[in-house]
Amino acid sequence: MRSHSLAQTQPNAYLPHEAEVVKFVQESKTIYTLYLRFTDPLVHANYMYDPGQFNMLYLHGVGEVPISIVSDPEHEDLLIHTINRVGRVTRGLAAVSEGQRLGVRGPYGRGWPLREAEGQDVVIVSGGLGCAPVVSVINYMIRRRERFGRFTIVQKVKHVDEFIWPERYERWQQVPDTTVLVAATQGAENWRWQVSPRIKVMEEVKVHTERTIAMICGPEGFMASAAEHLIGQGVPAASIYMSTERNMQCAVGHCGHCQFGPTFICKEGPVYAYPRIKPLLNIRGF
Amino acid sequence: MERFLPTAQFQRLINLLRRDGYDCVGPRVRDGAIVYGPLERVEELPVGWHDEQRPGHYRLARGSGRRFFDWANGPEALKPLTFASREVLWTVVRDGQGSLRFCEEVPEVRPTAVIGVRACDIAAMHLQDQHFGYREYQDPYYNRRRRALFLVAVDCARPASTCFCHSTGDGPAAHAGFDIALTELDDGFIARARSERGRDLLAELPTTEVTPDHHAAAGAQHDAAVAAQTRRLAGRNLKASLFAHLDHPEWDAVAGRCLSCGNCTAVCPTCFCHSVGDTTELDGRRSTHHRQWDSCFSAGHSYMHSFVVRDQTVLRYRQWLTHKLGTWHDQYGRSGCVGCGRCLTWCPVGIDMVETANRICGGDGDAQP
Ligand SMILES: Cc1cc2nc3c(=O)[nH]c(=O)nc-3n(C[C@H](O)[C@H](O)[C@H](O)COP(=O)(O)OP(=O)(O)OC[C@H]3O[C@@H](n4cnc5c(N)ncnc54)[C@H](O)[C@@H]3O)c2cc1C
Ligand code: SF4
Ligand code: SF4
Ligand code: FES
Repeated sequence: MRSHSLAQTQPNAYLPHEAEVVKFVQESKTIYTLYLRFTDPLVHANYMYDPGQFNMLYLHGVGEVPISIVSDPEHEDLLIHTINRVGRVTRGLAAVSEGQRLGVRGPYGRGWPLREAEGQDVVIVSGGLGCAPVVSVINYMIRRRERFGRFTIVQKVKHVDEFIWPERYERWQQVPDTTVLVAATQGAENWRWQVSPRIKVMEEVKVHTERTIAMICGPEGFMASAAEHLIGQGVPAASIYMSTERNMQCAVGHCGHCQFGPTFICKEGPVYAYPRIKPLLNIRGF
Repeated sequence: MERFLPTAQFQRLINLLRRDGYDCVGPRVRDGAIVYGPLERVEELPVGWHDEQRPGHYRLARGSGRRFFDWANGPEALKPLTFASREVLWTVVRDGQGSLRFCEEVPEVRPTAVIGVRACDIAAMHLQDQHFGYREYQDPYYNRRRRALFLVAVDCARPASTCFCHSTGDGPAAHAGFDIALTELDDGFIARARSERGRDLLAELPTTEVTPDHHAAAGAQHDAAVAAQTRRLAGRNLKASLFAHLDHPEWDAVAGRCLSCGNCTAVCPTCFCHSVGDTTELDGRRSTHHRQWDSCFSAGHSYMHSFVVRDQTVLRYRQWLTHKLGTWHDQYGRSGCVGCGRCLTWCPVGIDMVETANRICGGDGDAQP
């Protein structure tokens, strides 16, 4: 019999590593944070990632879901994921206890353009719930405040109870050269931030220089309007980045679920420069 | 290397492949269709059979001829041999202490020789090789199966009415990607070897010189096969044209007939979508992580916890066609259609994908050849 080369040239990208839940924090009624450590110290030590990349988290017998990494690769030893409880897997993960084991594989995708942002003014816009990934980017930049120009942080929610971590926004307000704009569509008693319809709050964003980079997260319609608004203010379209989301089952560009126009979001995204996805953004069915 | 293999010696090809450790697989008639099955003797091939195909229609008929490959294609391409319709990716066991042990389940595969592969299906496999095999994440499941294959191609002499591989540039003759290719003539085959193992095998077969008469007959047969294909896509790259017509009324017209059944994607040799799931055994300790073919025509394909991206048939059909004929160009450097015609034949309501695409792109001149 002639020889057949069946040797594998790569580790199996589908196979998770075991990780332990070191700490569990309930952030709000539905949002919680998992602090994870790979049980194999070698895997843990060699696990490199960029802010904005994501992992596939596996809950035994239930399934795998894509979740952004919100820890700071240079400042935090544990892998941190902030998760909103919405369905089967995220409900299961909401009930894990400290010491429990999960499967983790990653990191996948391309994160936020933090290197490009150095030396520029930065506008960060997020709409609605589920923008934990953006909070991690803000933390990352504030830790390295001197590398960036002016900060503008915009958070838009529909209902006030979608707004989590108010103390962080209060803290960011104290950071030099930083403007924090928080608005809800409907206010409530004790709501000390703005009440404003749609994305009216964007009108308060002041763009001082063309050397401004924007990072946006939220529903697609929201991101498209926010981007157009910033372009109107003089931010170059190519300096506007946004985070997209689609059903994901493999995270390695094979299953086809996250295909979006000419790209697979799991590989080329989830963060894209606006011009790359503008043609299909907001068109039903893509 | 090119030699003539008389019909009487054809069995020797299978014998040698089997001697070399290959399981042989070939087209066989089963339940009214030609599908791949184990092959030991050449008489098991569809000798004398023809297929009649049109949108929504497939019928086999027996003629008086003695040829082995006088038909176009069946519902199966090579896809099921490399990209299994369902397979386990890994299993995990939770022990008494709660530790998880993950174990990959890469399939055991036997070296397999496929006899009678069509040019369109080789082109499709080449695309799936790019998709699963050579990008930054290699798929060990696909690659195992793929590397175990020895391919014996056959040029098409009798395309079906649904075939349009000549217009996509993928057929009717096989040009690359095989170990040995055969051109079937009345008294035997012109055999060309492409790989080293193909050449070794051919050298061992009792062949004769290819004569000018053989060449003339093969040339005439090829020209006739090309001429028989009247169906063609409006251009090799319809991307710009499709995306310029996302609001064309034809989308609604075709969606009005489409059942969103996904037959077209199941038979398409280039479609790769699959879904992943987990099954836990009753004791709750052992769980398997598996994948199975999925389709962009299914509701779950674009499901997200907050909304379904494609909740209507029209959006699914548009997604399928604009990807297959459009953005495949960005992702794989060419269209995702190799002109095999299966999605026309096996559509239960007989939707003609080529006609639909041409109507949408119709006559506006931006469909580059
Ligand atoms: C790149 C990326 C990063 C993400 N980061 C976070 C994060 O940091 N925190 C967070 O809370 N959520 C995040 N999500 C969303 C999260 O993946 C979904 O909420 C989760 O998959 C829902 O799974 P479920 O089983 O609980 O819900 P179900 O509604 O039961 O969903 C069933 C299955 O559908 C798929 N699915 C459903 N919704 C989504 C979705 N929005 N995105 C992708 N697949 C989906 C999954 O395969 C899921 O298992 C992210 C999504 C993507 C694509
Ligand atoms: S789109 Fe249709 S004709 Fe083209 S390769 Fe797929 S099944 Fe064949
Ligand atoms: S085009 Fe035909 S085969 Fe494809 S989903 Fe619609 S009805 Fe089914
Ligand atoms: S998640 Fe499977 S292709 Fe992107």
